[in-house]
Amino acid sequence: MEHLATLVALTLAAGTPLVLAAVGELLTERSGVLNLGVEGMMLVGAVVAFIVAATTKAPWLGVGAGMVAAAALALVFAVLTLTLMANQVAAGLALSLFGIGVSAFVGLNYVSVVVEGIKPLAIPGVSDLPFLGKLLFAHSPFVYLSLVLVALVQWFLFRTRAGLIVRAVGESPDSAHAIGYPVIAIRYAAVLFGGACAGLAGAYLAVAYTPLWTEGMTAGRGWIALALVVFATWKPWRVLAGAYLFGAVTLAQFQAQALGIAVPSQLLAMLPYLATILVLTLISRDAATIRLNAPASLGKAYHPDA
Amino acid sequence: MPQNCKRWTRRALLAVVGMAAVGGVTGVALAADEPFKVGFVYVSPVSDAGWTFQHDSGRKEMEKALGGKVVTKYVENVPEGADAERVIRELAQSGNKIIFTTSFGYMNPTLKVAKQFPKTDFEHATGYKTDANVGIYNARFYEGRYLAGIVAGKMTKSNVAGYVAAFPIPEVVMGINAFTRGMKSVNPKAEVKVVWVNSWFDPGREREAAETLVSQGADVLTHHTDSTAVVQAAEAKKVYSVAYHSDMSKYGPTSELTAVTHQWGAYYTRAVQDAMSGKWKPGNVWGGIKDGMIKMGPFNKIVPKDVQDLVNKTAADIGAGKFHPFTGPVKDNDGKERLATGKVMTDDVLSKMDYYVEGVQGKLPVSK
Repeated sequence: MEHLATLVALTLAAGTPLVLAAVGELLTERSGVLNLGVEGMMLVGAVVAFIVAATTKAPWLGVGAGMVAAAALALVFAVLTLTLMANQVAAGLALSLFGIGVSAFVGLNYVSVVVEGIKPLAIPGVSDLPFLGKLLFAHSPFVYLSLVLVALVQWFLFRTRAGLIVRAVGESPDSAHAIGYPVIAIRYAAVLFGGACAGLAGAYLAVAYTPLWTEGMTAGRGWIALALVVFATWKPWRVLAGAYLFGAVTLAQFQAQALGIAVPSQLLAMLPYLATILVLTLISRDAATIRLNAPASLGKAYHPDA
Repeated sequence: MPQNCKRWTRRALLAVVGMAAVGGVTGVALAADEPFKVGFVYVSPVSDAGWTFQHDSGRKEMEKALGGKVVTKYVENVPEGADAERVIRELAQSGNKIIFTTSFGYMNPTLKVAKQFPKTDFEHATGYKTDANVGIYNARFYEGRYLAGIVAGKMTKSNVAGYVAAFPIPEVVMGINAFTRGMKSVNPKAEVKVVWVNSWFDPGREREAAETLVSQGADVLTHHTDSTAVVQAAEAKKVYSVAYHSDMSKYGPTSELTAVTHQWGAYYTRAVQDAMSGKWKPGNVWGGIKDGMIKMGPFNKIVPKDVQDLVNKTAADIGAGKFHPFTGPVKDNDGKERLATGKVMTDDVLSKMDYYVEGVQGKLPVSK
């Protein structure tokens, strides 16, 4: 049992950066904007969070700074695509490549600097409980934060008027505009939120999960987060399921190896990706699922005057 | 060894452009009293721990040893492949007389450029192809691994060590086996669990693998990957660790027992001296403790004196050629004898190692 609790804890910790980045991107996409720059924004969030944490010795300040920095990068994307009407796919890819490069450059002197990371919670009394303590009360604060964030986004999108407007903008910006909603401003806000979430995900990696900075340290998690949004068919709570499934498969293959089960590790390493492809295939087999859930104007530029 | 580290930045490209500009001005024939130019190509940024850091420390040591007689130039973070070829060519064109290329994936680019610059000497680390002006050099990492195994075997309480490994190539397998033999030499009950992360560099995965091993009872961790994540994980989980490449004790002040480090300074000094006096020949050097290429990092003060003494004595024996970590009997973990009692494994056999020795759990992903 104790072992199971450890496994669950490891899975939650591994899935959390994916949850944070994916739920932000989900909201961005719900407003009709496809931002492929998640990987780049995560790295910028990670490096800025690390540098601020290393210089001020205040890791939470670093987390905030990382979120602001990633949101600033998202702002560049928003100006390009929403104001200057650049192609979203091209601009998003450029944003990722730029983020990868600029984070490496900015972080050059911080490779191998040591910071005191944000530790998992240790609530006196409850986190020492056998089994339950480890299962529920001893995770990194980011794990709880990500759960709250998912719940908030779910509530916002489907239970509030503002969420309805965001979805309307993503479905039919023309109609939303005709009723008088500021389509571009709403999309700006959604892109910035997505950026801040990606920054939070990067910050988690750099100051909590593995408190170190080194270039390219997100190692493709931004791209996985993008896939998870489709995997979740743009529903926040399904992001959780996808991210934890992904984390669990990764860890299961490590566990199998450590137990000495003779499965080629290369095969196991590919399993999480295989699972993603499988689910993507399954959900897109039913065209209605995609059509009903995908924001209808995802990725399309919108001219208010056209 | 970071042969698979793919770097996405275009800094290398910029470096080439910059060097081309400089080369245009300074790349004229050198007068006799001008300093001897030496070039280095690194696969990752120098930083302050890891594979490239060790090579750069070697470069500095060589520069110091040879005083003002040499000028060195290095290009860091050069991706393996086409970029590497351009960087190496630029170094050759701008008058570097000997060029060290320090990652496995530079092998073919180095050979290609060497053909075009027959008067320049090239030294490629960890490769296996030589040419009229291309020598290769590598270190016997397994010697240090065996010593690390002794420390782990003496310090473990659960008798289980965890090994986070990158790719199942002979060099890594050799390290796992040497570590296990070292551990079992002082602790017959010892077992080693291995987790392959299939990446030289992914701190997140390295960390997950390390925590998995701890959850399955490992109380000493070591790694053959490039980041410091495993040592950090050990520190957080309050188990021991043995670092690789460089001393990483600042990441694991209480947990790191010692480190297996590579030292290239003496070798670089010798090779450059030979190149200066025209005596340089393409060699195939596989140096170890004897040549000063492998050294153990500082011991943590929690490692008892007698363990330290044992490690130092074994190191001295290996250095003096009195002991070899792969002395028969060597059995694989299926019980098959791979080397008869009393025999010493030849370098050729050693460098093709594709099985786990007794004491390693599981099956090697590539073993037949």
